[in-house]
Amino acid sequence: MKARVYVTLKPSVFDPQGRTIAEALHSLGYAGVGDVRQGKFFELEVNAGSDDQARALASEVADKVLANPVIESYRVEIV
Amino acid sequence: MKFAVVVFPGSNCDHDAYHATRHVLGQDAEFVWHKETELKGADAVILPGGFAHGDYLRTGAIARFSPVMPAVIDFARRGGPVLGICNGFQILLEAGLLPGAMLRNRDLKYHCEHIIVRVEQTDTPFTLQASRGQRLRLPIAHGEGNYFADADVLQQLEAQRRVIFRYCDESGEVTDAANPNGSVHHIAGICSEGRNIVGLMPHPERACEGPLGSADGLVMLESVVAALSREGAVRGA
Repeated sequence: MKARVYVTLKPSVFDPQGRTIAEALHSLGYAGVGDVRQGKFFELEVNAGSDDQARALASEVADKVLANPVIESYRVEIV
Repeated sequence: MKFAVVVFPGSNCDHDAYHATRHVLGQDAEFVWHKETELKGADAVILPGGFAHGDYLRTGAIARFSPVMPAVIDFARRGGPVLGICNGFQILLEAGLLPGAMLRNRDLKYHCEHIIVRVEQTDTPFTLQASRGQRLRLPIAHGEGNYFADADVLQQLEAQRRVIFRYCDESGEVTDAANPNGSVHHIAGICSEGRNIVGLMPHPERACEGPLGSADGLVMLESVVAALSREGAVRGA
């Protein structure tokens, strides 16, 4: 079973990398792209008896290590 | 007195800190490898700059789980003076010994230059012998020094006078142009509630001798020597 964890800066936190990417896209003429937020993607191989257990494990790992709760939030997906 | 300089894989200012404390300051100093679990009887601990564990995941995120960290945290909780410089500051933030987090510099550039900070508070073991408003010319070398904390934390830091250094210009004015990385409230360094843990992005240990361009950082190391001789050392485990 795999857990996917998406970590992004909280909406209230300025993302200088996302801003720079957005500006680059605009300078390339992609007027249809608005704001860009950059994040991190993790794919975890997990041993768990159920989706809920896998989700709980991935969330614990994200809380403790993968995301810094001061600036980041995350979303878990089980596949 | 004795300084412990913690060495993580990827630390690269450990020898600067050792040189400044041992050869310039004339105090005892010892390296402590991150896999050790005690601080060799140190009276003060320095977490040096560098790229601990490659700064993988986030700056300081892996170093925080190093075997030596419980001893550092225990030493800090007992009131021992702990100084986190640059990457060391980032590790203190990830370990929760200081509040807030670091973002990429607002211009996304790695800044390697001399800047000026203004000493905001002198009631910490690392600023005791400085004066309020004193300007220190110190080098910075970082890509992620854009200090961030939410509004509540910032309010608390300001109310408790825990902002110890702010980026300023030659005349001591705190301006946006003098802020190299976009840090909120122009913060270059803060302290813990107990005031014994200090973290800053600039490098005082690289500014302890005139030939290096500045000796303004020496006052921070002299301060901790004075602080410990005044109060008696908190002995490490």
